[in-house]
Amino acid sequence: MAVLVVADHDRSALRDTTHKTIAAAQAIGGEIDVLVVGSGVQAVAEEAAKIPGVRKVLKAESEALDHAVAEAIAATVLPLAANYDAILSPATTTGKNAFPRIAALLDVMQVSDVIEVIDAKTFVRPIYAGNALETVTTTDAKVVATIRPTTFKAVAAEGGSATIESVDAPAASVTASFVADEVTKSERPELGAAKIVVSGGRAMGSAEEFQRVIEPLADKLGAAVGASRAAVDAGYAPNDYQVGQTGKVVAPALYIAVGISGAIQHLAGMKDSKVIVAINKDADAPIFQIADYGLVQDYKTAVPELMAALEK
Amino acid sequence: MQAARPTRAEFQVRPMKVLVPVKRVIDYNVKVRVKPDQSGVDLANIKMSMNPFDEIATEEAVRLKEKGIVSEIVVVSIGPQQAQETIRTALAMGADRGIVIVTDERVEPLAVAKLLKAVVEAEQPGLVLMGKQAIDDDNNATGQMLAALLGWPQATFASKLEIAGDVATVTREVDGGLQTLSAKLPAVVTVDLRLNEPRYASLPNIMKAKKKPIEPKTPADYGVDITPRLTVVKVAEPPKRSGGIKVASADELVAKLKTEAGVI
Ligand SMILES: Cc1cc2nc3c(=O)[nH]c(=O)nc-3n(C[C@H](O)[C@H](O)[C@H](O)COP(=O)(O)OP(=O)(O)OC[C@H]3O[C@@H](n4cnc5c(N)ncnc54)[C@H](O)[C@@H]3O)c2cc1C
Ligand SMILES: Nc1ncnc2c1ncn2[C@@H]1O[C@H](COP(=O)(O)O)[C@@H](O)[C@H]1O
Repeated sequence: MAVLVVADHDRSALRDTTHKTIAAAQAIGGEIDVLVVGSGVQAVAEEAAKIPGVRKVLKAESEALDHAVAEAIAATVLPLAANYDAILSPATTTGKNAFPRIAALLDVMQVSDVIEVIDAKTFVRPIYAGNALETVTTTDAKVVATIRPTTFKAVAAEGGSATIESVDAPAASVTASFVADEVTKSERPELGAAKIVVSGGRAMGSAEEFQRVIEPLADKLGAAVGASRAAVDAGYAPNDYQVGQTGKVVAPALYIAVGISGAIQHLAGMKDSKVIVAINKDADAPIFQIADYGLVQDYKTAVPELMAALEK
Repeated sequence: MQAARPTRAEFQVRPMKVLVPVKRVIDYNVKVRVKPDQSGVDLANIKMSMNPFDEIATEEAVRLKEKGIVSEIVVVSIGPQQAQETIRTALAMGADRGIVIVTDERVEPLAVAKLLKAVVEAEQPGLVLMGKQAIDDDNNATGQMLAALLGWPQATFASKLEIAGDVATVTREVDGGLQTLSAKLPAVVTVDLRLNEPRYASLPNIMKAKKKPIEPKTPADYGVDITPRLTVVKVAEPPKRSGGIKVASADELVAKLKTEAGVI
């Protein structure tokens, strides 16, 4: 058995989604190799080589791989596929974009968004926005899967000394090409990795109000900022803040939902948080059914009081 | 960064056909219930609708037709006989004709992609516009698989789509923000929620849709083996969160978070 994990990184460091995906690889069993793609990623490859239990790190260096274009990632992974029984990626937008392409070209049905590994061929995954959990066994010879990082515990980052090998990287694709990135800049922790998340909903009413209310509270707590789809749709927050079935899945130690009703599509993205706090003026809002601590109050009163209480 | 506005002449290089695959799923407002025998979720007497992402794909196709970029919109659905109703909904929104590939089997994204590939080969569309994710199985895979099987470029999670000549410029919603890609047509584009707001079909258009053709087919007509690769062992309820408490004030909340929960 051998498992290939495609690393998630920002070109200077690995994201912990990689360590969590390696945890899933360990549950599958066998030798584990990590593939790092992109230009100038030697430091990232060295970091991956230090992870205990990694047999070898494969490095595909090419600018064609810098923008997560699915065609380029697939062209890198496919020639390696014959050496592996399972190929895994964290279920990031990059993984979700490229992996079904890889699976189809291998004539394999992808297992999407794995939350638990039962054995090398059997996996649990959420369906219907997490309202049901499906256990599936694949009959395909190879496993191609995306892993939901929030449900796996990151493996240690230090202690190993794997070898680093270069593998072929594709030339730039002619049919789909990168034009521009518009990265949301923030000094705050990344939403997926943050210990605390403060999210705002439609109740904010405007982008100015969202920034005035949610962001200072997040900064006070050292938290990342999230939002409901209604808030994103209305333009109160950027799209990459969206938490939910069709946005990001988060599982921080503390999730604070301010002015969010708790639609099933939103709950799908945050109900595995350790502690959930809801601030909502409607005592019947569904969010209270899953909140550990509910505060039935207008956020206009509650948030300033909360800020003050945190000062004490 | 504003792309140069294409001229009318460029638009008219090749008024193309668009294929829109639409899936019949449980309505997004319905809270599903797992069957006691854990064989699946209960679909008896449940409201079914078009997958919300596929409504957005249909709407985008209709807008492209209204702009003169698209000449014909063909919708295709794979599923039980009632998948016809989903096609009718798309026809009422402005699509031109439908193909229903009838089967009562469970059809996975890989098999759907193979069937769609066969439809693409027969219909020769310049663009396939589809949902990024079906909200029942939440796979988020079919569009990418179809693009792979066709050897076409893909642009997934689109929140903006511009077509000029034979190039689609697509703004994609990604984890870090937005990414813009350009893809040479023919291509597969999967759509995200913010691409547009789908219209409600008007009564006259609903009446008109009744006369639009829907061609019935079966997977066998396309010679595609749809046998699932994943065996469903069981479908279970997720663990329930135990209900919490209400606090009376922000002070009490902070005290609980510090001492009881220990998270701040
Ligand atoms: C296909 C599909 C996918 C979706 N995916 C997602 C997803 O990934 N993530 C997501 O979040 N949603 C998603 N949705 C949307 C989801 O169904 C809900 O519409 C959305 O989550 C509602 O956002 P909200 O709670 O901010 O708004 P609302 O439901 O309008 O709730 C606002 C809440 O604020 C409270 N409130 C108002 N004023 C105040 C005040 N002054 N003080 C305190 N409380 C106040 C109200 O009582 C109410 O409970 C999806 C929908 C579809 C169809
Ligand atoms: N049975 C089906 N019939 C038609 N289109 C489908 C079907 N299954 C999936 N699709 C299309 O593929 C998209 C993604 O679905 P999925 O990969 O299952 O999440 C959907 O939004 C549809 O556009």
